[in-house]
Amino acid sequence: MRHLLDTDTLSREDAILILDTAAQMAATQEREMRKLPTLRGRTVVNLFFEDSTRTRISFEAAAKRLSADVINFSAKGSSLSKGESLKDTALTLQAMGADAVVVRHWASGAAHRLATSGWMHGHVLNAGDGTHQHPTQALLDAFTMRRHLVSEPTGKALEGLTFAIVGDILHSRVAGSNIPLLKTLGANVVVVAPPTLLPYGMTEREDIAIHYTLDDALDAHELDGIMMLRVQRERMTGGGSGFFPSPEEYTRLFGLDGDRMRRMPDHAIVLHPGPMNRGLEISAEAADSPRSVIVEQVSNGVAVRMASLYLLLAGEEAAE
Amino acid sequence: MTDTATAYVIENVSLYGDTRADLVLKDGVIASLSAADAPEGAVTLRGEGLIALPGLVDLHTHLREPGREDAETIETGSRTAARGGFTAVHAMANTTPTADTAGVVEQVWSRGREVGLVDVFPVGAVTVGLGGTQLSEMAAMANSRAQVRVFSDDGKCVHDPLLMRRALEYVKTFGGVVAQHAQDPRLTEGSQMNEGLVSSELGLAGWPSVAEESIIARDVLLAGHVGSRVHICHLSTAGSVEIIRWAKAKGIDVTAEVMPHHLLLTDESVRGYDARFKVNPPLRTQKDVDAVREGLADGTIDIVATDHAPHPDEDKDCEWGAAAMGMIGLETALAIVQKTMVDPGTLSWRDVARVMSEAPARIGRDGGHGRPLEAGEPANVTLVDPGAAWTVEPAATASRSNNSPFGGIELPGRAVATFLRGVPTHLDQALEGVRA
Repeated sequence: MRHLLDTDTLSREDAILILDTAAQMAATQEREMRKLPTLRGRTVVNLFFEDSTRTRISFEAAAKRLSADVINFSAKGSSLSKGESLKDTALTLQAMGADAVVVRHWASGAAHRLATSGWMHGHVLNAGDGTHQHPTQALLDAFTMRRHLVSEPTGKALEGLTFAIVGDILHSRVAGSNIPLLKTLGANVVVVAPPTLLPYGMTEREDIAIHYTLDDALDAHELDGIMMLRVQRERMTGGGSGFFPSPEEYTRLFGLDGDRMRRMPDHAIVLHPGPMNRGLEISAEAADSPRSVIVEQVSNGVAVRMASLYLLLAGEEAAE
Repeated sequence: MTDTATAYVIENVSLYGDTRADLVLKDGVIASLSAADAPEGAVTLRGEGLIALPGLVDLHTHLREPGREDAETIETGSRTAARGGFTAVHAMANTTPTADTAGVVEQVWSRGREVGLVDVFPVGAVTVGLGGTQLSEMAAMANSRAQVRVFSDDGKCVHDPLLMRRALEYVKTFGGVVAQHAQDPRLTEGSQMNEGLVSSELGLAGWPSVAEESIIARDVLLAGHVGSRVHICHLSTAGSVEIIRWAKAKGIDVTAEVMPHHLLLTDESVRGYDARFKVNPPLRTQKDVDAVREGLADGTIDIVATDHAPHPDEDKDCEWGAAAMGMIGLETALAIVQKTMVDPGTLSWRDVARVMSEAPARIGRDGGHGRPLEAGEPANVTLVDPGAAWTVEPAATASRSNNSPFGGIELPGRAVATFLRGVPTHLDQALEGVRA
């Protein structure tokens, strides 16, 4: 692997390798001395064109625990707002000798552009591009699912398990990465959303089950896990451009509360990429229940990002 | 510039690809179809293997001057047009300042005259500042020296249905036409590419076909209702072809244009997020490409126009979402029509003369262009070598910008000479060898 840009082009072997490596990384994090010397002397730049404190500190923690030097570069402007262009930023990072760039950008395809434009030679990790993908989020979700639902998980995928993804599929890069990765790993994918928040053409896909209410999905499937997506409040505002009429109606049709949670099999887990809107897409009872693995997702995120950085940077040395 | 007094004789050339003749160009007109009538001292070119067409006319060009001379000027735009075989271009109104007054259109027109490589016909804005709220002084532009007949807010849709109705009615005063950029603004807010399976995969906001088709449907109905003619810019979808076909069957006075890039490329090109493929209306699907080719072949679509839209590197060498929309196309248009329509056998060269010269000149009311290749007619002539294959090198263009999506593509032929009123505005180096 040279870059980690999306989960469409991630092979099953590489995905499982990342999950297995993440498991080893997670084991090291239970020791008293958590820091590994693996990436000493390498420079990882966190290039964030969009605010995301959670993702940035997760990548920062991952890089630091591998002893890499970390530079945080917050470029809040864009070439649209006459800030520095992506190209000039890339040229700057190249000149500074960045070995890997973790990029979060408001434009779909920005990570792809950075990796393929020839502006810089470092490895590119996509930490979320527009409404396209967020591959390490999907990998940490898969890691969490595998840990809870697959016995002796090393080397295994998610064969035959069924997961529902609920909410704003249209704008969610989390869904954008999770759906292909779950399919690659052999899982069944159930999508639950109002028709206004489904991407064009998704209803014609035969490899995905689609439901327009959460109750229908719970009736139709024995779920092993359910992933509630964050609802952006700005999606429901604006004359005529709201994707659904009101928060209350959304919660009635798509919110996960205690009653709906109990209709899932006992072993089923509840995931959320955070930050949560408690009371909107998920109730406090569901979020704080023993089935919820939401806090664990955060710590697994560090392990998966350690694994990704390690495989891109140290894997390169092994190959050379 | 060559002396206007020089006469040219093109010996044994194929007129329209079907009739052998000589062309004697003298004093701005086609003096004769026989070399025997050539005056002494005339420059002779051998026409074997070449096809003569009436000079090409582009109804949809962005020359960027005034305002964005970093992207293109009337001079560089005229040069790239001449090199592409064009003798006339219609310069769109979305400049800075907007071409919405007699002063601006006269400035563009006279600068085109000064450069002298093509006839530059300014398009006037339908509404003041392309704002979509108040009609511009169209009669003043029509009666100016620029004699504007085509009016368009291109880049923006004349969205207000009542304003569109008024514009359609008003231009009847001077035989004008409204050229509509058909794009429902609400249905395309924030749109980045064609709405389809590819946009879903790439996470780019979609520009649905219906946003074009709904405006075209409304405007053909309006044109029929008020008895005006309407022209549809850059038609790009299969549904739009059906609507135009229906409207023509009803006798509505509608004409439509298609772009070379919509004849050749699809939204699959967007997968690499390379902004050279970002254009408005966006590249559509193969089904749409097939439909616009069919529409052009059966006459539903009247003309091919380029939508030549130069942008400097910094507006393309960036992330997709920040990139400008548009592609240059004057030098590649004819060759793409050959590749997609002539070589497969769906259009003859006589048809090419119709869709790239005669019909656009008729729609634009361009006197002296799109005329028959006959004695006494203006000597606006393009010579095509249909066997001169070439590979597109965007940096080699005469345009000031090089944002071509066709870099690296091999095209089958090209314009090797262009004459504007008998004066060569483009003579391919390859032609030097056939100079007798």
